[in-house]
Amino acid sequence: MRGIALLGATVLGLLASIGRIALFAGNAVSHLIRPPFYGREFASALLNIGWLSLPVVGLTAVFTGGALALQIYAGGSRFNAEAVVPQIVAVGMVRELGPVLVGLMIAARVTSSIAAEIATMKVTEQIDALVTLSTHPMKYLTVPRVLAATLVVPLLVGIGDIIGIFGGYAVATGTLGFNPAGYIRNTVNFLEPLDVISSLTKGAVFGFAAATMGCFHGMNSGRGAMGVGRATKSAVEGAAVLILAANFVLTGVFFSL
Amino acid sequence: MTDSMITMDNIHKSFGTNHVLRGLDLDIAKGSSMVIIGGSGTGKSIALKCILGLIQQDSGTITVDGRDAASGDRDAFLARFGMLFQGAALFDSLPVWHNVAFRLMRGSLKRPKEEARRIAVEKLRRVGLKEDVADRFPAELSGGMQKRVGLARAIAAEPEIIFFDEPTTGLDPIMSGVINDLIREIVVEMGATAMTITHDMTSVRAIADNIAMLHDGVIQWTGPVSDMDHSGNAYLDQFIQGRAEGPIEAVR
Repeated sequence: MRGIALLGATVLGLLASIGRIALFAGNAVSHLIRPPFYGREFASALLNIGWLSLPVVGLTAVFTGGALALQIYAGGSRFNAEAVVPQIVAVGMVRELGPVLVGLMIAARVTSSIAAEIATMKVTEQIDALVTLSTHPMKYLTVPRVLAATLVVPLLVGIGDIIGIFGGYAVATGTLGFNPAGYIRNTVNFLEPLDVISSLTKGAVFGFAAATMGCFHGMNSGRGAMGVGRATKSAVEGAAVLILAANFVLTGVFFSL
Repeated sequence: MTDSMITMDNIHKSFGTNHVLRGLDLDIAKGSSMVIIGGSGTGKSIALKCILGLIQQDSGTITVDGRDAASGDRDAFLARFGMLFQGAALFDSLPVWHNVAFRLMRGSLKRPKEEARRIAVEKLRRVGLKEDVADRFPAELSGGMQKRVGLARAIAAEPEIIFFDEPTTGLDPIMSGVINDLIREIVVEMGATAMTITHDMTSVRAIADNIAMLHDGVIQWTGPVSDMDHSGNAYLDQFIQGRAEGPIEAVR
């Protein structure tokens, strides 16, 4: 009986958390369309989320693309299909690995940073100070970060896709004996506009999810260093799970088109 | 009879089973400096945050200058207040001058950037800081300097009401004296209504016109600071004298 009660409490707690996050996200969107808008904070978020994430996104993509080429070549050679390396690397990077890996890297780098920063602001009363200075924390802290992530993560995904394909190209032409011109031709011919659209759409959704989770957990942080630590951990876990769940749903949606 | 600037009437606030405020009544006269004293965890900061709307009381009414604090234009309401937070609560990502001029760069009090900076530098000077501090970041300043910057931010828009939450906590006695003197000077100079929360009896004597002793969620005694030492109130006497014996339990 106690076990059932515990299970029920856990499920109710989970549903309540989902509800709170959904309300927070809705609130953020509603503030997005109402002035004032803080351009300086938006520009700063663009720089931090976009530009400063490029190295980690690039390195993740290039190594993944290279490893993918090796795996497809090794697997494909078991049934004489090693020639499909360019096509599979391209579709694998663009439709799946590019957006998911960039999303997860953003969760690790950006969600954690947003959650820790806002949680620290909360425990040091900086958020209360914002309110007393007639500045809405949702507008000043959440909206710029969520908007910046939603706009810039698709760009990062696009760049990650290209770098990942380049990683596959470098490995395939450098060590597996593929013809460079043929590799590029096969890649370009195989990809369809819907592949790119699905990739960028996933990027926007993942960016929104990553920034929203960081802001939500930061704003709802507990007290002290432990509160900041918990908020950061919960934000990254939540963002990663949300990104993978959204990826599953979006992949299903795009497959059905 | 003196006009009231802030009136708290029968304020109750609980967090779960912890009943922090249990019918708090408090009246702060216009242009006076009220200091609220009481042990840790007795709800002094909660009372202050209820006035600002940072925390919503469960019941009771708060009026500021005769108007209900919970209604009306929130921006205009908050523009009447300045607040010095316990840890200064400066924004780490912004330079000092930007912290001080924060309110002057947005909302109803927005000024051109140059004017906002000029006012910030002037307020920094007022609290004893040189202009070169203006372009530094909060993390580069000592605790005492951060408190002064917080004080400069609190007075930047020349508010009618200023709140000081534990203004001398964490400071050495000399810096505490400097901050106390600054607070007193500024409040008198601006003619502002001040409400201070502190445990520091030196601050109380330096800052207060009136004091209120908060314990068990209600004001146990309130009156002029000159009456403090012969109030006849057991709670206040125990607190002032720092005795473990008395109606306030030492282990809470």
